[in-house]
This record gives sequence, structure tokens and C-alpha cells, in this order.
Amino acid sequence: MEGIRKEFPGVLALDDVGLEVESGEVHVILGENGAGKSTLMKILSGAHGKDAGRIFLDGREVEIDGPRRARELGVGIIYQELSLAPTLSGAENVFLGREPRRLPGLVDRAAMEEAARAILDGLGAAFDVRRPVRDLSLAERQLVEIARALSLDARILVMDEPTSALTDREAQALFDTMRRMTSRGVAIIYISHRLQEIYDVGDRVTVLRDGRRVATLDVAGSDRRELVRLMANREVDELVTRRPSALGAELLRVEGLRRAAELRDVSFTLHEGEVVGFAGLLGSGRTAVARALFGLDPVDAGRIQVRGRPTSIGSPRDAIRSGMGLVTEDRKRQGLVLSLSVRENISLPVLQSLSRFGVVDARSERELASRYATDLRIRTPSIEQVTLNLSGGNQQKVVLAKWLACHVDILILDEPTRGIDVGAKQEIYALMERLTAEGVGIVLISSELPEIVGLCDRVLVMRGGAVVGTFERGVSQEEILSSAVGVAS
Amino acid sequence: MRREFGTLAGLLVLCMALWIATPHFLTTANLLNVVEQSTLIGIIAVGMTFVILTAGIDLSVGSIVALSGVAMGTAFRAGLPIFAAALTGLAVGLACGLANGALITLGRLPPFIATLGMMSIARGGALMLSDGRPISGYSDGFRALATGDLLGIPLPVVIMLAIYGIAHFVLSRTTLGRYTYAIGGNEEAAELSGIRVRAYKSAVYGIAGLLSAVTSILLVARLDSAQPIAGIMYELDAIAAVVIGGTSLLGGSGSVIGTLIGALIMGVLRNGLNLLGVSSYLQQVAIGGVIIVAVLMDMALRRRARLPTE
Repeated sequence: MEGIRKEFPGVLALDDVGLEVESGEVHVILGENGAGKSTLMKILSGAHGKDAGRIFLDGREVEIDGPRRARELGVGIIYQELSLAPTLSGAENVFLGREPRRLPGLVDRAAMEEAARAILDGLGAAFDVRRPVRDLSLAERQLVEIARALSLDARILVMDEPTSALTDREAQALFDTMRRMTSRGVAIIYISHRLQEIYDVGDRVTVLRDGRRVATLDVAGSDRRELVRLMANREVDELVTRRPSALGAELLRVEGLRRAAELRDVSFTLHEGEVVGFAGLLGSGRTAVARALFGLDPVDAGRIQVRGRPTSIGSPRDAIRSGMGLVTEDRKRQGLVLSLSVRENISLPVLQSLSRFGVVDARSERELASRYATDLRIRTPSIEQVTLNLSGGNQQKVVLAKWLACHVDILILDEPTRGIDVGAKQEIYALMERLTAEGVGIVLISSELPEIVGLCDRVLVMRGGAVVGTFERGVSQEEILSSAVGVAS
Repeated sequence: MRREFGTLAGLLVLCMALWIATPHFLTTANLLNVVEQSTLIGIIAVGMTFVILTAGIDLSVGSIVALSGVAMGTAFRAGLPIFAAALTGLAVGLACGLANGALITLGRLPPFIATLGMMSIARGGALMLSDGRPISGYSDGFRALATGDLLGIPLPVVIMLAIYGIAHFVLSRTTLGRYTYAIGGNEEAAELSGIRVRAYKSAVYGIAGLLSAVTSILLVARLDSAQPIAGIMYELDAIAAVVIGGTSLLGGSGSVIGTLIGALIMGVLRNGLNLLGVSSYLQQVAIGGVIIVAVLMDMALRRRARLPTE
């Protein structure tokens, strides 16, 4: 790709960007959100047209005028935003539009399911390919998406953050598959926010910043801090740390929480100024704890005490009243009303208190929203901007602002940094440090082990719905991982 | 607000075309007539806007018009003063709407199905209660609701504009309004923000039922008769006005200002086609075409703004 330029109304997304990818390599594209990674890939896969520039394949110039043309040329893409048909099965999604036929118009279901099974086995996935996609977890859906791209026998495969919802084990299986593909001469363009992965799978790396190419380097000779500096053009401390705060009174005591097979006798306490981490593989029950605490799923047994008082929580409303806030793992589906503005999202849980006789006091609402938007450095042209138009990191800050505006004293964060750029991550870590210093207690659920190790005062490891290990600050990533997968360390 | 300017431009272009096509269109009397003819659908469309903003739909509003009218007539004939009879009609409309809300929130029925059922139940109820016959003979004082005027503006128009004013205030300035948009935009996120989603959704269907009853009172006053077959197809005209006005059937975006313009577009179109002597059969076809074109244009605009279209 050469001299690629793309303008959106008001934004120059790509400015004279070049990219050379060789067969058999994994080429990582690195950049903060908004750097132009996804746009560049959408141009390559025919989803967007380009305003200028040329694309060559095997030395010959090609015109990619639509997704269909891209597929014919052997360019496959796995989007960050999943694009599956929810009511169809995993196998049907893998072969959507290219179902194996027995007779014209008659799908050979058995052959299709077998072929899908084979691809997914290769990825180390064990779920039933006949289940409708809407019943699959986020990670399983991502694997279906990956299987679909693999089934296309693409010569160039673009992966846009394929591991953001995967567990470490699933990610490792994916890396193995990637290595097998590159050894057959396939070129893989890999977009990720996780620096570690670059060293796991990457051959070369191209860094984009603000719609321009900053550098292309061999991964082997590159330095991690150097990459972060190129990406952000500022020294970002990649280390994940939080200065511990003095612990205060007990905020939350959970005893014997049970719910079917999801939660088995979960107990823990949370104090003022404390961060309690929940580690574990996907589906180990971490999110179920958050959902139960927040009144989203009824529990079969268990007691919850807030500030020493027995509390029954039957709905999110009850949870909010007892001082809790929940940042969910899926911010677009559960965290934000994307069609509403930054202001309207921030004020949503506190709107009643900003109102008299049901009429919202517009001025105090604006003041409140501006205060938190400034405080959390939400990058938006104005607080009237619709949240749909914000980047992932800024959307997440809006969700956080919403709970800060409620003055919650128990904050539950479920994968708070998923899919957001390095700079925004650091801001969220800093915010956690500040909140705990003010006496807020935080429950942190994360698949990022550096976050668990670096931010938490206490770590609870879950497996199969039960807490299988409790560790204090200073625990190593290896210890947690061993406990999570059930291997003695 | 920008979205409404597009709809308003559509209305003005339509008026201009009719002004050129026929000398009878742009007269005070005719314009007042158009607005007055738009009042019934206009008022129902306010309730429909609330419902559609929550990503719902209400097919029962036309039948509720008939049932609350008949309920009012029956109460009046039974000897209640007209004021109390009208309150009875309003209460019946509100109750039907709240029943819709309960079926949708507590019974977890899709709005389409719950209100489709209510559409048939209310219509059947109106026929049973009236034995299929109109209930006539009201006082002149009551009929003045339809025939009177305030400073030269017909009373139904005054009432409709007042309702639009209140609805606009509610949607833009109150918690109820904000929650209506939030629920339609993302019900799960609204629930997680501590909003009592079920209560507010039920309230919205209650509003739709209540405004149907208001319409029925104006209709009874106009016809001097409560008819069990009143309001047939009103639901579709109301939905059309809302959609032409730019409110998304996906919920979460739109306004009653748009709906008012949408209702006026429907009224102007009917009136203009009448003035031009177009047959009522062809009118139906033309109105259907306008609805489709309006939504196509809306979707094109949304795509440009990169908003979801499905």
C-alpha cells in the first residue's frame, strides 16, 4: 500500500500512509485509538474507499472496490466489532454465503459442521458448533469469527484485536494457528493494543500515529519502551502500578454467595481504599460475582453486608442506592446509551437528584457533566457530543464519570481497560489510585495479569465458580495463572 | 434539532407546490381547515412518539379511541354529568394503555403482540358496550369543544398545540423524557443506571392510551356521537406521522416537533389531493408512497451521520 489518504468529514484519518507486507510474516500494526489502524485495514478489505493512494498485490496494482473484490483477491479480515448472525449456529456462521452443497440449494449440514469443527479444533475451541451464536460467550463468538476467516484460505489475513476477549490459553492456541498459517506463506496483518503479543507473534511492526506512519521496525531488534514512545510520542510508563492507600472501615462483606453452577460459596470483604482483584479464566465466575452483587442475577443463597448492615440487593437500583457502581465489560451494550450525549450519559443515574418535581435543572446538569468531563479528561469537542462518536477510551471514561458523579463508594470494574489505548489505560489506573486514596473500595475483574498484580491489594482467583486462591500484594503473575488453571506452582 | 429542519423543508416544499398548483390552497380558511383536520391524528401521534422513542409500537390507539368514546357515551346516557362522563372516557383510555404497559413489562410480550391483542379487545369491547350502535345527543356546551374557537383559532387546534407544548417540555426537560430516550437508546444500560425501566415503559403506554381518550372526546364532540367503529386505521396514520417526523423506529431518537410536522404533512397532502380532485383511491397510494420516501430519506441521512439504520 502506498500513499494512502482518507478523509472523513472533519477528520483526516490517513495521510500518505504506506505499508509493505511480505508473505509468511506477521506484520503488527500498532497505534493508539484513532491512529488510523482500523481505517487502513478497512481500505485494504474494501469496506472503505480511499481518497488517494495505490495498492499492489504481488507487484501488480489492484483496485479494491468492495469487500467481495477483496475476498476474491485473497484478503480476509476479522473485525474488532463482531459481525455474526446471532440466531444461526457457529458452523452456519463460519460458512455463511459459502455453505457446502449437496444439490443446488440444499445445504450439506453434516459436512459443514464437520468442517467447522475441524477449524475450531485447530484453534483449541471446544464448544458445540451447532449452538446458535447468541448463546456463545464473547470469546467463543470471536473464535467463530476467526474460523470464518481461516476457512476462506486467505493469502492476506487482517486481524483487528482478535485476542481482546480471549483467555490466555485461547490466545496461545490462536498464535499457534497463526504460525502454521505463516509457514504456509500467508501474510498476517495483526492489530493489537497488547504490547506483549507483538513479541509473541510479530515479525515486523509498523507504528501509526495520528493518521501517519511513524516507523516500521523488526520486532526482534525493537525495545518495548521505544515502541510505546513512538506510538504516543510521549513517555508513558507502561508499568502497571498503583500506590496502596491506607485501608479504612469495611465497606462490603459477601458471605456464601451461591447461584446454580456459576457461583459456589463465594465470600470476600472489601475495605475503604482497597482494590480487591478477581482473576480467573473466562467463564470462571468472575463476572457472575459482579452481576450478583449488582442485582442483575438472583442468587440462591448468600449474605451481603454494606458498611456492616445486612443489605438485600434485588435490582441495579438497590445496588446503586447502597453506594455501588458497575462498569461492565461490554460498554457499548451495557455501559452507555450511545445515542445520548456525554452530558446525558453522565447524569443518567443521578438525574432524579438534579430534578425538582421531575423537571431537570439544566444548569446543574451541565455543570456536573462538565466538571466530570474535565476531571477525567474526556476528549470530546463538547459535552453535547453523542457518545457514539467517541473513541473507546473516552467512552469508558464517560462510564466512569457516570459513577463518580453518583459518589459511589464501592466501584466494580469488569475489564475496565479492554480495547482502549495505552494512554487511556494509564489514566484509568491513575484514577483508581486517586479514588482509593479518597476511600473508595474497588472490585477489579481483569484478564490482564499485570493489572491484577500491579493494582490490587488482594487477589482472589476463581475457577469453576469458586474462589480457589487468595493472594496478597506482591504475588507473581505465574502464581495467579497456575492457580487459575489449576496447576500447582 | 437539525433533523426537524429537513422535515419542515419537506412540508414547505409541499405547500409551495400546492400553492402553485391550486389557488384554493393558500387561503386562511383552508389552512385552518388543514390544521383542524390534522388534530385527531396529531394528538394520538404524540403518544405514539413516546412509545416509538422507547423502541416500542402501539397498534391499539385507534381501538382505544372507540372504546373510550363509547365508555363516555354510556356513562353520559346513564345520567352522569358530561364532565364526569368525559373523565370516565379518559380513565378507560389510561387503563387500556397501562394494561398494554403491564403486558409488555410484566408479561414480557413484544409490544407488537400486546397492542395487537389490545386492538382487538378494545374494539370488541366498544362494540359490546354500545351494542354496535352510535351513542348520540350531547349538549351544545360540550360540542363547543369541537366547534368553538379561541381568538379565531379552533379549539381542537388550541388543545392539540397545548398538548404538543407539554409533550415537548416533558421530553426535553423532565426525567420522564430523558428516561424515555435512554430506554429506547439502550434499555440494558438504562436498567444498569438504576432507572425503573418497567415503570417508565408502562407509563409511556399509559400516556398513549390517555391521549387516545383525549382524541376520542374531541371526536365525539365533533360528530355529536360516540361510535364503536371510530378510529379505525388511526394507529397507522399516527405511526406514519411519527416516522415522517423523523423519529427512529429503533428508538432513542426523535422529537414531537418532528411528529407535529409529520402530522401536518399528512394533512396537507390529503387536503391538496382533495383540492386537485385526485380520487380517494389514488390518495391512499400517494400517502403510502410518501411514507416510504420519507423513511428512505431518513435512513440515507442516518447513514451519512454513521448512525445505525437497522
